[in-house]
Amino acid sequence: MVINTEGLSFTFGNQQVVKSVSLRVPAGSIYGFLGPNGAGKTTTIKLLLNLLRPESGSIHIFDQELQGNREAILAQTGSLIEQPAIYAHLSGRENLKNRALLLQVPASRVEEMLTLVQLKDAADKKAGRYSLGMKQRLGIALALLGDPKLLILDEPTNGLDPNGIIEIRELLMKLVREHGKTVFISSHLLAEINKMATHVGIIHHGKMMFQGSIDELEALSKPLIEIELAGKTHEAGELLAAAGHAVAASKKEKLFVEYQSKEQMGQINALLNQKGFTVYSIIKVQKDLEELFLAITQNT
Amino acid sequence: MKGFILSLQSEFYKSRKTLGFWAAIVLPLLIVLLLFFGLLTHADDAAKTPGMILWLEYVGIVSGIMGTLLLPFFVIFVAYSVNNIEHKADTWKTLFTLPISKWSVYAAKYLYAVFLIFLCLFLFYALLIGSGNLLGLLKSQLHFGDYSVLTYLGQVYIKLFLGSLGILSIQFLLSLVWNDFLKPMGIGFLGLIITLIAFKVKWEYVYLIPYAQPSLTLSNLMKNTHTIKGKGIAMPTLSVDILTREVYVSLAFAVVIFVAGFFIVQRKSVK
Repeated sequence: MVINTEGLSFTFGNQQVVKSVSLRVPAGSIYGFLGPNGAGKTTTIKLLLNLLRPESGSIHIFDQELQGNREAILAQTGSLIEQPAIYAHLSGRENLKNRALLLQVPASRVEEMLTLVQLKDAADKKAGRYSLGMKQRLGIALALLGDPKLLILDEPTNGLDPNGIIEIRELLMKLVREHGKTVFISSHLLAEINKMATHVGIIHHGKMMFQGSIDELEALSKPLIEIELAGKTHEAGELLAAAGHAVAASKKEKLFVEYQSKEQMGQINALLNQKGFTVYSIIKVQKDLEELFLAITQNT
Repeated sequence: MKGFILSLQSEFYKSRKTLGFWAAIVLPLLIVLLLFFGLLTHADDAAKTPGMILWLEYVGIVSGIMGTLLLPFFVIFVAYSVNNIEHKADTWKTLFTLPISKWSVYAAKYLYAVFLIFLCLFLFYALLIGSGNLLGLLKSQLHFGDYSVLTYLGQVYIKLFLGSLGILSIQFLLSLVWNDFLKPMGIGFLGLIITLIAFKVKWEYVYLIPYAQPSLTLSNLMKNTHTIKGKGIAMPTLSVDILTREVYVSLAFAVVIFVAGFFIVQRKSVK
């Protein structure tokens, strides 16, 4: 595990914003850290970077305890928290040079990063005059400058246009695939990271609601048969349950049964007709990940 | 130690295009230039003044406002500007996620502020001496060449420098904790007003107010100045006691608040 936390908690004033969070981020993964705004994502990230001290719980990064090995761990970690931290009076190149000096990275690396994030043409322009997307790209270049093994990015695609989002996504996937990095990326939009994440953690009101691989998350989203009836939904549900079908939910005029096969759908239709229920429609439905994400974060 | 040196280098690199840095150079340049041209155009008025008195009058104009106004405000401004560069860019979080100890980052920033004050005072000293001598050369009726205040003025400026460190520590901490100009400025201003009142009512413990140190350095100057008259020398040599009570108080304030500041910073959540 690259990041491993145990019972991580943090309180701002009298409000507990992180509640016993246990993160498991495997090496070589792109870990999507999801949650609505104000769920505790940034606070968790600040805890991981030793910017805040946890009230309780432990943090291990690269199998080392964070507090006691702060500098060794930070030397291998690149981060971008909220808005990129950029000196507006310096140019993009100067911002990178300043960081290169602090990280003792050769100057050639600065040029590489400028090329990588496509800021070469604007390198000598004052960073204060950059567009939001350019600032974000410079922030990513700053995070990557020290060639870190672990990248911690807090909403890095904020303010980027769709093209920019795709570029960042491809860049991160390449870093993981070709350079064996681990990426921990937070977002409030599942759709945004769903295409690249290998692992997902969902946080809501400071609590971890789900953690696992993207396949495990998808497995949660089982297909259902939605049956629209003229009435007597409850009785129809009892009938189907007695016949061995797993009833997932029953609403006013709709019944949801776990989907198994097309034949099963035919059997259900025939059974309901035989017993005198009027079936208006019977279709297969699947919750997409976005709905699932909403369901996970709204059921609490 | 390496992290400290790297941080210090970075402070130079990122502030070289800011007002905070240039103020330390422009301020003495501008003021001494004004003095220089003032005396250059009115050289005849001072034609009869003997060298020692001329020098004391010339450097005294700056020193007068230096203690009560110029130096305290410059210190407040420097403390603000070295911290504001991070507040404005939202870079505290990056500074504290560098693989460099927090102590190094904090100490380097503080030392850079100390350097800026030193630079400013050194330039005042060097430019005053230089311009005085230049005036002596340009206008033969000015007797600057008859006397030298090189050592004396050096001692005065070292004393001013040491006397300003107490204020610096306080203002540095205030500016670091608050992302605001008015709060640290207001407190600094209040400190100066309290000092002025304390002087007016001749409070016996005025030397305990850090904001009073530069003023005290200058107002007690005559008390701490020895005139050494040698045989055959027409004019006495002036010498100043540098380590006096107010300087000790200033240094004590500087050290205690600097160290306490670090623990406050370490406990402070980085926003």
